[in-house]
Amino acid sequence: MFEILIQYGPKLIDGAAMTLQLTLFSVLIAMSLSLPLAILRRSEYVWCQWPIRLYVSFFRGTPLLAQLFLVYYGSGQFRLELTDLGVWWFFRDPFYCALLTFALNSTAYQIEILRGGLQAVSYGEIEAGLAFGMPRSLLYRKIILPHTYRIAFPALGNEIILMLKGGAIASVITLMDIMGQTRRIFSQTFDISVYFWAALIYLAITSAFVLLWRLLERRLTRHLRYQESNKSGKRNSTPTLTITDKKGQARAN
Amino acid sequence: MAWYEYLSFGSSGWGDELASGLGITLSLALVTLPFGLALGFSVAAASVSGKRIPRAIATLFTTLIRGLPELLTLFMIYHGVGLLINRTLKWLDPQAGFFELSPFVAGVVALGLVFGGYSGEVLRGAWQALDKGQREAAQAVGMGRWQVFRLIEVPQILRLALPGLGNLWINLLKDTALVSVIALSDLMRMANVAVGATKKPFVIFLAVCLTYWIICICFEWCIARLEKRANRGIRTT
Repeated sequence: MFEILIQYGPKLIDGAAMTLQLTLFSVLIAMSLSLPLAILRRSEYVWCQWPIRLYVSFFRGTPLLAQLFLVYYGSGQFRLELTDLGVWWFFRDPFYCALLTFALNSTAYQIEILRGGLQAVSYGEIEAGLAFGMPRSLLYRKIILPHTYRIAFPALGNEIILMLKGGAIASVITLMDIMGQTRRIFSQTFDISVYFWAALIYLAITSAFVLLWRLLERRLTRHLRYQESNKSGKRNSTPTLTITDKKGQARAN
Repeated sequence: MAWYEYLSFGSSGWGDELASGLGITLSLALVTLPFGLALGFSVAAASVSGKRIPRAIATLFTTLIRGLPELLTLFMIYHGVGLLINRTLKWLDPQAGFFELSPFVAGVVALGLVFGGYSGEVLRGAWQALDKGQREAAQAVGMGRWQVFRLIEVPQILRLALPGLGNLWINLLKDTALVSVIALSDLMRMANVAVGATKKPFVIFLAVCLTYWIICICFEWCIARLEKRANRGIRTT
């Protein structure tokens, strides 16, 4: 059980690096694409809405494996055209194909998540910003987006974990991520314990990520906890606006 | 040959082969569902029970299942359980031949475990949202533990958990595509075979994607109907 780890450990580490790379890049691409698309999705123009709706529905309604095959093998049908366009090098490489598919897939999921977040921003705050005469860009930067990302934060974390796990599919198109290395090692040794080590690596990565995400979330929501503790801590304060001085005594304003 | 002829039924096209693959895909999902739900209910029951050991087991199970890629779970079941059965057979009877775990069974077990892990969480949430007074009322009229579960709790759990379970069902349908990797001749696998023969990967895989898409949209519609029906006695506003 341990000899396999000693012998093939470096291979598994290489695989983990590949998995992390693939997840990181596809999630980053998806993050940059999903925000403008989510905003467009909420615009009142129907011709903006429908293409995005179709896109989201398609990528959420089909298996990731089928999408990956469509991009990787499907592009082979247009090899001559793609060579003429000068982009064949991109579609020939399984890494780029996996990256493209995962980024498109994750974009679709993130659009839905961000749409929910955008919808949940309280309209009073937007109105307040408008009343101050904020231009749209400032309104988005200072009011809407911070709220949106705070609300969507846990769901975005889940989506990243799903992407990390979904990435195992890339092994089917010969990419040597954790799963790919594991399958190769198993086919060479027929030792079942390699699956156990692979599972441990995946669990370690996901747990580390969950921990990191929770810390980030605590930091993003610290203003909410501050309000909470003030509400529960200072019971004696009068219902009018109060300022608490250093001695903890509330004085009415 | 025009592109649509590749998808026609009959000896020249691949439509009938793909349709038979679709049959396998759907039956795999339908067979998995009851096992997954039963497992999910057991996990939920263990995690709402006050006892520490069942709760720890349930937490461990859901964490494991949700932390592992579905593909890895599938391979672990397919190769691991296969190996285990063979070892046991060899130990019982040294003359025993090689037993091969059928990919269908491996698929049902692996997808059932995944569905059970995720649905356990959904069902637990629904279970905890139930009104405790109703259980007490049922006990007061003399119902046993099993009767309370069957007549009072399950109908309400299903209503509350329906949106979550609907999502999981759609996920299960999409995850069935993974079993093509362990050589079960489902829709995805038949598509691969068809591509090998026709050399028209884009047409075939696009058709496969559209098929999955249509099925998912149909089920989404069904789930929305079911939700509406399940909530017909509930006051909204």
